[in-house]
Amino acid sequence: MPESSTSGASIELENLTKRYPGSPSPAVDNVNMEIQAGEIVIFVGPSGCGKSTTLKMINRLIEPTGGRIRIGGEDVTGIDPVKLRRKVGYAIQSAGLFPHMTVAQNIALVPKMVGWPKRRIKSRVEELLDLVGLDPGEFHGRYPRQLSGGQQQRVGVARALAADPPVLLMDEPFGAVDPITRDHLQDELIRLQHELHKTIVFVTHDFDEAIKLGDRIAVLRERSHIAQFDTPEAILTNPADDFVSGFVGAGAALKRLNLTRVRDVEIQDYPTVTIDDPLQEFFNKLRSSGTNEILLLDKRRRPYKWLRRGDLMRAKGSLARAGTLVHDTVTRDATLRDALEAVLTDNAGRVAVTGRRGEYDGVVDMETLMNSVHELLEADRLEAMEHQHELEEARATQTHAEQEGDGGEKKA
Amino acid sequence: MSDVNFWEYLGTRHQQLLTDAFQHASAVFQCMVVATVLGVLIGVVTYRSEWAGNLATTTTSTILTIPSLAMIGLLIPIVGLGVPPTVIALTLYGLLPIVRNAIVGLRGVDATLVDAATGIGMSRPMRLVRIELPLAWPPILTGIRVSTQMLMGIAAIAAYASGPGLGNEIFRGLASLGSRNALNQVLAGTLGIIVLALLFDAAYVLIGRLTIPRGIRA
Ligand SMILES: Nc1ncnc2c1ncn2[C@@H]1O[C@H](COP(=O)(O)OP(=O)(O)OP(=O)(O)O)[C@@H](O)[C@H]1O
Ligand SMILES: [Mg+2]
Repeated sequence: MPESSTSGASIELENLTKRYPGSPSPAVDNVNMEIQAGEIVIFVGPSGCGKSTTLKMINRLIEPTGGRIRIGGEDVTGIDPVKLRRKVGYAIQSAGLFPHMTVAQNIALVPKMVGWPKRRIKSRVEELLDLVGLDPGEFHGRYPRQLSGGQQQRVGVARALAADPPVLLMDEPFGAVDPITRDHLQDELIRLQHELHKTIVFVTHDFDEAIKLGDRIAVLRERSHIAQFDTPEAILTNPADDFVSGFVGAGAALKRLNLTRVRDVEIQDYPTVTIDDPLQEFFNKLRSSGTNEILLLDKRRRPYKWLRRGDLMRAKGSLARAGTLVHDTVTRDATLRDALEAVLTDNAGRVAVTGRRGEYDGVVDMETLMNSVHELLEADRLEAMEHQHELEEARATQTHAEQEGDGGEKKA
Repeated sequence: MSDVNFWEYLGTRHQQLLTDAFQHASAVFQCMVVATVLGVLIGVVTYRSEWAGNLATTTTSTILTIPSLAMIGLLIPIVGLGVPPTVIALTLYGLLPIVRNAIVGLRGVDATLVDAATGIGMSRPMRLVRIELPLAWPPILTGIRVSTQMLMGIAAIAAYASGPGLGNEIFRGLASLGSRNALNQVLAGTLGIIVLALLFDAAYVLIGRLTIPRGIRA
């Protein structure tokens, strides 16, 4: 991305209300919310609770019947909605690409509307395709129907980002793709956000998706009432009420593993030899490390084989034939859940951690994982208790102040 | 059987036949242009509202139930003989398939695409021109094609009001049934219309190729 890329703007919703004509109760009732610049906020909640309605009021695709919206401090409730929408990226389920336009034409729409020069639009399209992981040369001229669901979704995200808006609204953007593709797209969104720092409001049904993507999650109940608006950690370890815990579902501790990355836990150093080292080195390392297993790396220092003391004997001294192949590795960016999965399926209960280019970085085993998880949960618990304590104190001072305020008013 | 061979007849009368055919085609073509513009316009104005759309469809289909001979007969006292009643009748008959297909096509545009278009900041006219009309174009073009086929036949009736076209040939033949060239005249007029219809249809296939975007071509 160029350095000129716009980062996020704050969003404030104030008493936001939507009453559809002919319906007795409002679909969205008095929502108040402050979303900070550069954060990803996820709306989750049961079907029909008003997530989409709330989201679409932010770009006034649905006109609110009451309340205000401020973006970057500016009240946008009264401005020209067409202008507003050109400054707010919008991505929806199954991408919503225009089938009669090529990928490049779809992406170029908003920059064209806001009057970018041709040359700039062209380079922007290439840049965005690259950013969402599609080869510009290959995909540029394709029509949407010539793309897979996941590729369409990427183009949808690229189109939403095209004119570099500070705010991105996403309504179940990954709702219509298979779980594996969804996982990839989520990872990609995390990576993008790492570079772009947009303010993203993201609607989903899927609580796991919310945990994975959200800086904060707003759990909504009917009429968009906020049941809890907090970090994923806080919601997992300290759900506000039964409604929220119902939504979190079973296995909160396991879900917690999704929130921590391998880089956040202690990675062990393991004795290694590379395939080019002389055999003597292997025996020296074994002796000096006091273990009876060693990790053999290939020429590019990628984990290759687990070698035990006896393996070499059995293979008659040939490194090429000895040991068991490393079949699974995790990166430092993998979640602890991925790591646990790998460790559980490994018959010796450990997995090699690799760097960017697949090079050896360390090893995680069952014991490390168990200890880390216990520490994490304990820390969460403490934090939640502290948080609750603060809230109670704040409430107490408020009540106190209100009582005093009453007295003051009477006097005046 | 007629006394004069049909091919001989064509040979002697081809000048007149070509003029008639040209006038026939030209009348249909011009009326189709007007009907298309009007029909799409009516569709665009009415498709969004349930009752307006239905009213437009019902009105145009009512027109179609009036026998064309009666329609032209009714128009003669108002606008006189010749070209005017022909043009008016053809345009009115041509409207129905276009209006109906325009409304169906525009209403059939995927709601999520309309939502996406608005959501990325298109104004209403822009959305109509860039998204809705292009996506509704294939059914509209089908409507235009159906209309043209229909008008080819109806235009023949125009000769009744001294209008232009191959209908003259047919009427002349019918008026002098039993005479030497009667059957040849009717046959030449009818075949001429069929040939014209086929030529127009081929043109529409070409137009479809050129105007339907590749991304939505079947
Ligand atoms: N155009 C409309 N007219 C009347 N009522 C509507 C309209 N759109 C939505 N509603 C109602 O408003 C409520 C909230 O709808 P909304 O689409 O915001 O829900 P949602 O949380 O996005 O649901 P889902 O998860 O199924 O997408 C629902 O009860 C719905 O029936
Ligand atoms: Mg929704």
